[in-house]
Parts: sequence; structure tokens; C-alpha cells
Amino acid sequence: MTMDTVRDDANAALMLDGNAVAGALSEIFGAEMTVNEAECASCGQVHAVGAMLAFTQAPGIVLRCPSCEAVMVRIVRTPRGTYVDVRGAAYLRMPPS
Amino acid sequence: MATPIAWQIASVAAIRPETPGVKTIALKLPQWMRHRAGQHYDVRLTAPDGYQAQRSYSIASAPESEGKVELTVERVADGEVSGYLHEVLMQGDLVEVRGPIGGYFVWDAVQGGPLLLIAGGSGVVPLMAMLRHRAAAGSQAPARLLYSARGAEDLIYKDELDRLAADGWGLQVFYTLTRSQPPGWSGYARRIDAAMLREVAGPLGPSPMVFICGPTLMVEAAASGLLAAGIAEDRIKTERFGPSGS
Repeated sequence: MTMDTVRDDANAALMLDGNAVAGALSEIFGAEMTVNEAECASCGQVHAVGAMLAFTQAPGIVLRCPSCEAVMVRIVRTPRGTYVDVRGAAYLRMPPS
Repeated sequence: MATPIAWQIASVAAIRPETPGVKTIALKLPQWMRHRAGQHYDVRLTAPDGYQAQRSYSIASAPESEGKVELTVERVADGEVSGYLHEVLMQGDLVEVRGPIGGYFVWDAVQGGPLLLIAGGSGVVPLMAMLRHRAAAGSQAPARLLYSARGAEDLIYKDELDRLAADGWGLQVFYTLTRSQPPGWSGYARRIDAAMLREVAGPLGPSPMVFICGPTLMVEAAASGLLAAGIAEDRIKTERFGPSGS
């Protein structure tokens, strides 16, 4: 039995993919990020950033794991700077430079 | 690797109506960079008071068209950016863009096929870039497009798709019209469902590369239908669009 907190409510229709925030991510990380993989700290599944579920209607950007829907990344811009919270990701793998 | 994130000022080379609610905007870019089929550009508008609105629009043109990029934009009800692009923007105007962006939902002819493309509404745009690239690159990778729209008048690129399908290079196009069908319509006439997906995907074998683009709920339905039909999750790439496309 899986908890389906995201898809059952009105948020479902607002859901995008990590691909939709590729521009914002490349601004923050200085590289194209959507093909890089990240491991979900909650369920351990590994997905490309482009395959994550993206919510952009919140104040900021929220990326969730496509397997378990746990929050993996939160990005909020404030006048003091941009906060990038990646507590929900065990790792984010960047390609060798 | 250089990152294509800098904003630049493009000029509008042409505006072409596609359907009653959809226009294609051809942009000339001072810093053109070859894109990959499936990528998008961000478009940013700035009001005189400094207020900015930004949206992402898929590239419709093939990477082979040098110096130029075409974005196909659907007019969204109350959309502050698409409304401006449709009602105000004219040939010769300047518009701020950055791109090409995104490396996930992309297909290159060297990857081969078979290719299964599933589109809902203006979700056909990045898939059209893939098919135009496929034609420009001389690829004969087996490809099938299943394209869902409300009515015949809402089908974008229909003439070109029919031409590409008729050239004998291994592309087949299937349409489904969910709301109204013209007299004598021989395509599908319902929402994409499991039976339709099996009919269209079946001949491509067990592991086509799948790209699905459309409204979120349609993408979910198509992806879960293909998973149920036995196509592996890692073969399926999706691009959902929602209000951020407005």
C-alpha cells in the first residue's frame, strides 16, 4: 500500500517534470542538471533530475521523488539569496569534468 | 561544457498561425547554439515597472536550421506570457530568451529507434522537433506518433506530419480526436487508453524509446498504460506541461 499524497489532490494537474525547471537549475548549479541522477534519501531509488516531479506553483520550486513522492529538493529565492535545500537527496551525481 | 544559460535578445523573424489557438514564432538569435530535439527556451517579459514573467516553450524546429529557432506557442486563457506573444508581438520585435535548455527529454538521430512518440495537444511541439530532426538527419529509425487533440482544427502541423508519414521513411502517424470528429474521420475518436496504446506501440516491439508530452493527467494515463503493456520504466520519458506553460 503506497501513500499517494500528491496525485490524489488538485496538485496533480499542476505537476511538471524536473525538465521544466532546467533553466533555474542550470542558473544555480552552473551546469545542465536534468540528465544527472539523484538518489532519494527516503526510498533509495535513483532517478534523473529531469524525471523528478516538479511543483512550481509553490513559493519556490519543489522536486519530489517519482517513486515515493518524498520531497527531495526545495529551492526558494529570497531578497537575501537563494536557498537550496537538498536534504531529501542522498546524493546528486555530477558528470566527471 | 559551456552552459547555455545567458539571456539574450532575439528578434522575431516571422510569426505563423498554426491553428486558431496556436502560433509559431521564428526567432533570430545573436548567439545561436545548436539545440537537441526536445529542448526548450525560456522566454522572459519585463514590464515598464520591472515586473517580470517567465515561461518555457518547446523548440519546434530541427537543430539543423542554423541561426534560427522556432517556438510554437499555445494561447492559454488568461496567460500573461502566451497572451502577449499571441496578441502583441510582431515581426521585427525583440524578445528576451535563454536556451537551449534541458538534456533529459531529448532524442538524437544517432540513438536510433524504434521511437514511440505520444502527444496531447500542444505537447506535439517537442516531438515535432524530433521528427523534423529525424527527417533532416536522414534517419530511417522506425517511428510512430500517436497524437491526441480535441478536434481536427486543433491538430498542429497536420499537413507536414502527413507528408513526413507518406515519404516511406518509416514514420507512421495516428491521430485521435477526443471531442469532435469531421465527417468520414478514420482515426481514433476517444481519449488515449490501454487498447489504443497496445495497437500503436505493439508493432514497435517490447522496448521502443518512448517520449510522452502533454497535459499532466494525459501523460500519467499514457505512461501507466505503457508500463502495464510491459514497456520498461527506463524507456519512457515524459514531459508534463501545466500552468507554467501559460
